[in-house]
Amino acid sequence: MMMIKMQPTMTVSLSKDTVQIVKEQDVVFLKNRVKEVAVRIKMGLVNQTRLITAASELVRNMMRYGNGGVCVIEVVSSGRVNGVRLTFIDKGPGIPDIAAAMRDGFSTGKSLGLGLPGTKRLVNEFDIKSKVGEGTTVTILKWANG
Amino acid sequence: MDKIPILRMGAFLLVTIQVDLYDRLALNLEADLVQMVNKTNAKGVLIDISAVSIVDSFMGRIIGNIASMSRILDAETVVVGMQPAVAITLIELGLPLKGVHTALDMERGMNFLKTMIDVEADDDDQDAADYDSIAE
Repeated sequence: MMMIKMQPTMTVSLSKDTVQIVKEQDVVFLKNRVKEVAVRIKMGLVNQTRLITAASELVRNMMRYGNGGVCVIEVVSSGRVNGVRLTFIDKGPGIPDIAAAMRDGFSTGKSLGLGLPGTKRLVNEFDIKSKVGEGTTVTILKWANG
Repeated sequence: MDKIPILRMGAFLLVTIQVDLYDRLALNLEADLVQMVNKTNAKGVLIDISAVSIVDSFMGRIIGNIASMSRILDAETVVVGMQPAVAITLIELGLPLKGVHTALDMERGMNFLKTMIDVEADDDDQDAADYDSIAE
């Protein structure tokens, strides 16, 4: 099992919501839910856009490579500030080489290969765990004003 | 099935995206638009994305594709009205949209297309050009 990690912040979860991702319409629903939550914690517009764009990238990966899955939307607090944490869990084929998948321009599909590294640049915390044959879990966190 | 309307105005095609794009919709737009460029002999394509709040790498690629495909069909593409937050996100994502012309709003986009494309070369506009020179 390979992991690429940033230093995670200790957080308390304030609310939790799970969205099933099976078909393309679910993507629109997920983006709207993420938007609602971000607005609720008074996240700025640019950060909202970064977060929803990151969610859009990850949910596409999940649909394309992982045959769908679930996304857990959480409002978290570090004590001083609130943020949104999204966890994307699929039971797809897994990623054999995470280091390569995190490189700009790497893709096993026909895409630009910006999804994972680009997403990492858009959020405050990014964590990916994957096991070949079992699936992939990606967690991102965006602070309201971070 | 949603469809994004493509309007024809002289030698230009106008597209205003009023809904948040999802993958299938963006792919359909790409196909429809390239067909229309071919069918109408359009010289310019103007895409208004002022109502689009999210452009991720896929949508960004589609926009780039539309511009490249139109160019090899001899039409220029201008993307107008991008929200500042979208511009920030695109650059951070690593998608500078190279090769796509942009303008701040519809009016500037239209003027840009007009200067870029020699509309007066068309026969239809010959009279208008003559009139202009007389007026001067």
